[in-house]
Amino acid sequence: MFDIDKWQEILATIKKNKMRTFLTGFSVAWGIFMLMILLGSGNGLSNGVAANFMNDAINAMWIWNGKTTLPYEGMKSGRNIDFRNQDQDIVQKVPGVGVSSGRYFIGNTRYSYNKESGEYTTITCQPELKEVENTILNEGRFINKIDILQNRKVVVIGTDIKTALFKDSAAVGEYVNINNVLFKVVGICSEPGSTRNRNAYMPLSTAQMIFSGSNRLHNLALTINAETLEESQAIEEQIRKALGKQHKFDPKDESAIGLYNKLENYIQTMRIFQAIKIFIWIIGMGTLIAGIVGVSNIMLIVVKERTKEIGIRKAIGASPSSVIALILLESIMITTIAGYIGLVLGTGLMELINYLMVQAAGPTPDPQGTIFMNPTVDINIAVSATLLLIVAGAIAGYIPAKRAASIKPIVALRDE
Amino acid sequence: MIRLNNIHKSYEMGSNSLHVLKGIDLHIEQGDFVSIMGSSGSGKSTLLNILGMLDNYDKGTYHLSGNLIANMSEKKSAKLRNEMVGFVFQSFNLISFKNAMENVALPLYYKGIPRKKRNQIAMEYLEKLGLKEWAHHMPNEMSGGQKQRVAIARALISNPKIILADEPTGALDSATSYEVMDILKDVNDSGITVIIVTHEHDIAAMTSQIIRLNDGRIHEIIRNGELKKFQKNYIHGLETA
Repeated sequence: MFDIDKWQEILATIKKNKMRTFLTGFSVAWGIFMLMILLGSGNGLSNGVAANFMNDAINAMWIWNGKTTLPYEGMKSGRNIDFRNQDQDIVQKVPGVGVSSGRYFIGNTRYSYNKESGEYTTITCQPELKEVENTILNEGRFINKIDILQNRKVVVIGTDIKTALFKDSAAVGEYVNINNVLFKVVGICSEPGSTRNRNAYMPLSTAQMIFSGSNRLHNLALTINAETLEESQAIEEQIRKALGKQHKFDPKDESAIGLYNKLENYIQTMRIFQAIKIFIWIIGMGTLIAGIVGVSNIMLIVVKERTKEIGIRKAIGASPSSVIALILLESIMITTIAGYIGLVLGTGLMELINYLMVQAAGPTPDPQGTIFMNPTVDINIAVSATLLLIVAGAIAGYIPAKRAASIKPIVALRDE
Repeated sequence: MIRLNNIHKSYEMGSNSLHVLKGIDLHIEQGDFVSIMGSSGSGKSTLLNILGMLDNYDKGTYHLSGNLIANMSEKKSAKLRNEMVGFVFQSFNLISFKNAMENVALPLYYKGIPRKKRNQIAMEYLEKLGLKEWAHHMPNEMSGGQKQRVAIARALISNPKIILADEPTGALDSATSYEVMDILKDVNDSGITVIIVTHEHDIAAMTSQIIRLNDGRIHEIIRNGELKKFQKNYIHGLETA
């Protein structure tokens, strides 16, 4: 099959017809290049926005107390709804709720260690909060079940607190003074996608006991097991009903409790991105079709231009198949090399943009600030698109080449 | 060598059918030097194309070296052309992006001869035709006579039994025409059958046999001995005109 003489003949033809080669190659290279840039930008935009959502579990939900605005069962509007520990149990029992954690905020709490001190926010919680907020543990452990059960005086501090109080010395295992109560540091954590890690976490039960929270809760953080918008909205409604029954408010009263459904938000944003992706694909297809039309046009012209040459070759003894092979192999060779060049340039440019963005973002990138991330294209898509153009070029060349090779040489020779 | 029996050929021109050859019976021996003459539209080029297997015929039989040439596949006729026939055209039909040597060597490419070997053989043929210095020139850098000599070298390189030349001097001035005819005469002397189509009497007079076509039929065949008479008639024709 591999005939070095045939390839030499093809290479010689390519070398002597630079303009024709360039035009054929350019239409393919340009098509692939544009496709790479389009798809890359689309992916980058989509990746960037998706990364912003990854800071918390995407199926997270937060519920906080509010004030009624509708009268219900004989009670006036304007009542404050306060959460107690049992509200968490009620919410936990709603079908579709995954894990949950009650939270009780202690505003500004004074933390001190040796001579260093500072005021930070203390979030009291249960172990499940880690799952809801995707908290990253840099050292040690998070609050666990035993901490809750035994009301242990332990605390997980944010990296900023650690740096401020302990400098470079080890913090885990040390005791830190919080509002004049000693707590043992068991872990150091940071929040994903945040540059400020000034929160500390302590067991809910301990905090309610020590800081006279009795059994009050400020809010509930939970995850829900829902795949679709409808499912998550159904769970939302169930939660409102259950809490409404407990606190006697109208489940339709939106202000009685506050509720943020991350999944709802995520799904809606992803729908927009789905639409953008489809749009980009349509444009990409358009680019590809333009490339196919371009390469087909040039192949038609090339074969037309070579009709006389085909006649000469046939007159001196070329078989029709050898003439077709000559034209097709030349076209495939040009489109393959050109497609590869377009591929390399396109991906190269997108990688360069990616590199520059990473450089510009600095060593501690803030995903919150970027909506463009990793603008690269799936290599399979890139290669398939290139193959498609090569095949299109081959087909576009084959049809007229076959016709030219099957006409009588004398007719081809007359073609001026 | 060549035996034509009642050859008919017509071209479809839309709904009309143009009957070009209306029964040609012809016998050409190996080593003949034949010219085909006739007014335009008399079918002389068509006859040449059929002889060269560039075109097929509708009726009759054509035997070339004892083989019946009919309804052959393109592949087979291409092979036969490559082995048996060398073509020389009025418009030279050199491949414009190949130099003289590559043009001459091309038939050997289709015979599967390696590049080095065929280029070497091509150089030998170019040298025979006095074009050694022009081997690496492109066709557009050469004169008409040189181009035609390259074309003749290309026709000869595959050692054909027949050279078919369609108006080989049609695009050349008379001095160059005679040069080309001298070359074709030498080719014929080496034993190759040469058949040319021409409308120039002086060119035809240099061949050993003239076939005159008229309206798709053979009008007369003038053989060697009668050439003198033909030349006289030709001069007479010029004087009366």
